[in-house]
Amino acid sequence: MIALLSTAVFVAVVVVVVTRSPGWGAFKTYFLNWSIYKDSFPEILHAFWLNVKLFCVAEVLILPAALFIAVLRSLQGPVFFPIRALAIAYADLFRGIPTILVITILGVGMPALGLSWLPQSEFFWAVVALVLVYTAYVSEVYRSGIDSVHPSQAAAARSLGLSHGQALRFVVLPQAVRRVIPPLLNDFIGLQKDTALVGTLGVVEAFKQAQIDQSATFNGTPYLVAATLFVLITIPLARFTDWLIARDRKQHQAGSLA
Amino acid sequence: MSGIPEERLRPLPAAALRVEGLHKAFGKLEVLRGIDLDVREHEVVCLIGASGSGKSTLLRCVNLLEPIDAGRITVGGVEITARDVDVNALRRRIGIVFQSFNLFPHMSVLENVTLAPRKALRQSRKECDAQATTLLDRFGLADKRDEYPDRLSGGQQQRVAIVRALAMQPELLLLDEVTSALDPELVAEVLDVIRELAAGGMTMVIATHEMGFARDIASRVCFLDAGTILEEGPPRQIFSAPREERTQQFLQRIVDAGRL
Repeated sequence: MIALLSTAVFVAVVVVVVTRSPGWGAFKTYFLNWSIYKDSFPEILHAFWLNVKLFCVAEVLILPAALFIAVLRSLQGPVFFPIRALAIAYADLFRGIPTILVITILGVGMPALGLSWLPQSEFFWAVVALVLVYTAYVSEVYRSGIDSVHPSQAAAARSLGLSHGQALRFVVLPQAVRRVIPPLLNDFIGLQKDTALVGTLGVVEAFKQAQIDQSATFNGTPYLVAATLFVLITIPLARFTDWLIARDRKQHQAGSLA
Repeated sequence: MSGIPEERLRPLPAAALRVEGLHKAFGKLEVLRGIDLDVREHEVVCLIGASGSGKSTLLRCVNLLEPIDAGRITVGGVEITARDVDVNALRRRIGIVFQSFNLFPHMSVLENVTLAPRKALRQSRKECDAQATTLLDRFGLADKRDEYPDRLSGGQQQRVAIVRALAMQPELLLLDEVTSALDPELVAEVLDVIRELAAGGMTMVIATHEMGFARDIASRVCFLDAGTILEEGPPRQIFSAPREERTQQFLQRIVDAGRL
């Protein structure tokens, strides 16, 4: 009840401040044109379907690729040093370059090489770029999960005669992955949003379509349409993530009480 | 030759475990400084000594969980510290139970017990389940078969950990202070399990702080001090008439603490 009241007061204050601002009239005509919103919605929704496809294809590739990189990084012993070093270099590099640059360099650069055996489609290179960038992030998430499993678990598995690989697969990874599901979902939300960057390649996804509509109508409302669509899929995912974290915490507490 | 059964031609059974000149250091800290130890089949050897005397490290070395710096370890006549050994195959013959249980929290009791037989020995699930159920039943854990570790008491968890090691049918069982993490009222149920194993002829090396238990169960007691076995002998002699001054001091401290 108090929460409801304080929210109402807060919203009222924000509304008053915003609508009294000197530029409110101009803002309203530029961004909040209902008829343009209605008119551009179907086209942008259609283009948004491409974002969904980008996201889904990339995600399916990222999950196993990132796990693979994380496992490579967890290999022990001096023999595997070059492999570990490569995995680290990869993760550092692709977390360091802004996603939009990776997309541009691959999406413009690769077809420009003029190699006929290379795929020419922008969609293909956009997926490659997103996979490269997000695999680097997600591999770090997996790695923190692997590190969080106490070494005594691996020792117990090895002491029973399981190989390093078997200990990893049956004992360490199942525990590690369970622990990192919330941060994994967090990265997916980021990936969903970053599919909009692919528009810079000229691929007509939601953001690009909104740009096209904007230049046709000289009105910014289409951007609001694109924003609505992104929010419609990212917010449920964010709530789901929070729900998982809360459930995890509850289980953890119940476990430690027993 | 033909009249003699093949059994007779075999050499006398080698020591179940032989440790020779074992050295192990963690960085500059020398934990084991020349350990020699022979354990015959069906023998129960208890390792006693202050914390940090090297008991746990010795057991971890025998199970190859710690690489050794010098010396030789032989199990059932096979030198396990040789360079070209199959570590995984060797570990299957040596069971170890840890102070902190180390059950797999994401698996039920049954899955904990059957994981290694299924994956390392490649036995069928049916076979493993049957064997595990028999073992769990024998140690009074039949009704816990499908529980997860966090639903069990410490004593139950440790008994499951022992069953998990037994499921690999090891020829040698190492117990590393298996009751040290337990509430006092739960210690007895775990010690009873170990007594039963000893009665059944299991060869065991037990690092323990339970002196009364060591006196009851051990065929031989080794007193470790600063990384060497300072004194060893039958429990009666070690506990009643220790020769070494350090052993006397250690036991006196235990008596003063009311633990013997």
